[in-house]
Amino acid sequence: MLWLVVFFLIPLLIMFAYSVMPRGEYGGVERGFTLESYQRFFVPIYLTILIRTFLVSIACTAICLVLGYPVAYAIARSGRWKNLLLFLVVLPFWTSFLVRTFAMIFLMRDTGLINTWLLELGLISKPLTILYTPFSVMAGLVYGFLPFMILPIYASLEKLDNSLLEAAEVLGARPAARFRQVTLPLSLPGVVAGCLLVFIPALGSFLTPDLLGGAKELMIGNLVQNQFASARNWPFGSAASFILMALVLAAVMIYLRMRDAAPAAR
Amino acid sequence: MSDPTPLVVQFSAVSKTFGDVKAVNRISFEIRRGEFFSILGPSGCGKTTTLRLLAGFDEPDDDGGEVRLLGEVVNTRRPYERQIGMVFQSYALFPHLSVERNVGFGLEQRKTPTAEIAARVREALEMVRLAPDKFTRRMPAQLSGGQRQRVALARALVLNPAILLLDEPLGAVDLKVRKEMQLELKALNQQLGTTFVYVTHDQEEALTMSDRIAVMDNGLVAQLGTPAEIYENPRTAFVAKFIGESNFFGGRVVRRAAGALELALARGECIRVPDSPAIKEGQQVQIAVRPEWMDVCRPADVPAGENALAGEIRDVIYLGETMHVMVTLEDGNEVTVALRNEGQLIKPLPWKRGDTAAVAWLPEDCQILEEA
Repeated sequence: MLWLVVFFLIPLLIMFAYSVMPRGEYGGVERGFTLESYQRFFVPIYLTILIRTFLVSIACTAICLVLGYPVAYAIARSGRWKNLLLFLVVLPFWTSFLVRTFAMIFLMRDTGLINTWLLELGLISKPLTILYTPFSVMAGLVYGFLPFMILPIYASLEKLDNSLLEAAEVLGARPAARFRQVTLPLSLPGVVAGCLLVFIPALGSFLTPDLLGGAKELMIGNLVQNQFASARNWPFGSAASFILMALVLAAVMIYLRMRDAAPAAR
Repeated sequence: MSDPTPLVVQFSAVSKTFGDVKAVNRISFEIRRGEFFSILGPSGCGKTTTLRLLAGFDEPDDDGGEVRLLGEVVNTRRPYERQIGMVFQSYALFPHLSVERNVGFGLEQRKTPTAEIAARVREALEMVRLAPDKFTRRMPAQLSGGQRQRVALARALVLNPAILLLDEPLGAVDLKVRKEMQLELKALNQQLGTTFVYVTHDQEEALTMSDRIAVMDNGLVAQLGTPAEIYENPRTAFVAKFIGESNFFGGRVVRRAAGALELALARGECIRVPDSPAIKEGQQVQIAVRPEWMDVCRPADVPAGENALAGEIRDVIYLGETMHVMVTLEDGNEVTVALRNEGQLIKPLPWKRGDTAAVAWLPEDCQILEEA
């Protein structure tokens, strides 16, 4: 509790205070109260960034789900290989995210491994532009967040009682029906947890779009970082963070409402 | 001998091996239509594997004999192609579906019209004594253990299966509900005419409900018969020990006389047992005697014609319905004698620890056991 207050609540309050204070000349803030930073956000250029951030995060979450669910399913049914496979899923965390992102650059740049191989195999005649495109950003995000999708889905599939599937089979459900009517609904909590664990950090990501996107396609995380670092507009950076946070909170609340209302309708 | 009742299940020399463990080892048995058939045994005896072979979750080994259902070989047929229903020990209700959708699950798979599903679900719930109006909308988490098992039963019965498989269905419900459901299951079996195959490790449960019991041990059927046959004529020491309690004696046949065999025990005491043509003079045999078929008396008062062994009372145990008198025989063996409790306050047993006494029983109450 104290931990939450010291490391979460107090910083949050400081940020909020910054967001409603006038900006200082060389960074920092000055005394006073103003909503100028919030007003400033609602112009097309920043709204575009906001919308792009949401679209990128939604796409990233969807791709992670499509890739992650089958992997989690396979691991949950892999018997004695389970621990090894789980270990492999978690293995990337042993390296810093920054190092892994640089490794992605070495893979994807014009003279990188992928292009070298493709050229040597004669599949292409000149290097493909992979790096600094929306594709490389998405690849980086998906690569980074995939384990956060796999692990919760795995956890929910792992505790799925096999006798439920056997019961469904005796009752006449073929494999597809068993998956649709038993496995999938019972793994939904894992799917939801995975989606939240990917979507929310994806919204705030700035390193990947910066390094793999060449700072061409800004996400809101980049905007916040720029305001605090180069632009030295702390109030605006704080306001942008708060707007993002409010939107995430609203989205999660709406989702939870929908989920709680859902069972009654069935 | 011809049997008018068709056979719904036939196992012919069926084997199932997991790794290097023979879970089921060339077992053969048949189940008749409408029978309440129990498979009884301790954990690891192969009873669950037998049921899973019957259900189709497991297939027999490649050269592992034949499983026939309703006359057809079904070795590799999937569970949903077998006309069976199953009730699981863990209930296996779908936690995300209401009672109504759980019971209707099988009908939904068969694309039954919605109105018919609703009607048949109600009917099935009434059959297992759950008021449809009260329960259809509930979720499994809102039910007690007994209610869950009733829903699971309704879910299996709603499809009118030819055979209902029950895998220790009452293992997880409390004693009172268990007793109640035992009688209800028996009644359902008679009322519906459905063949019930019931797997349990609880001997009392098997005796209460079954028409016939297959006692399994170590992947083999140790004995198959009616409850009375199993209890009163246990064929092996395993059966005698697993179902009820027994006192065991070992001896050598010294003489065959007047429809009885005379047995000499280790210290030379002589007892008489019923004659059996398979036994030869000089052979070493083991016999079992049920505690309730024995009596305790003073050594001088042994009734004529009864077997008697002298010993010392080690303990008298009060069990309510019965009194157990533990007697240490002269050869050091312990014998338990069960006597009806006729009221210890009014008519107490005349025995106390340290008394000299004899245990006595009729020769015909001895059961000669086969080598297991």
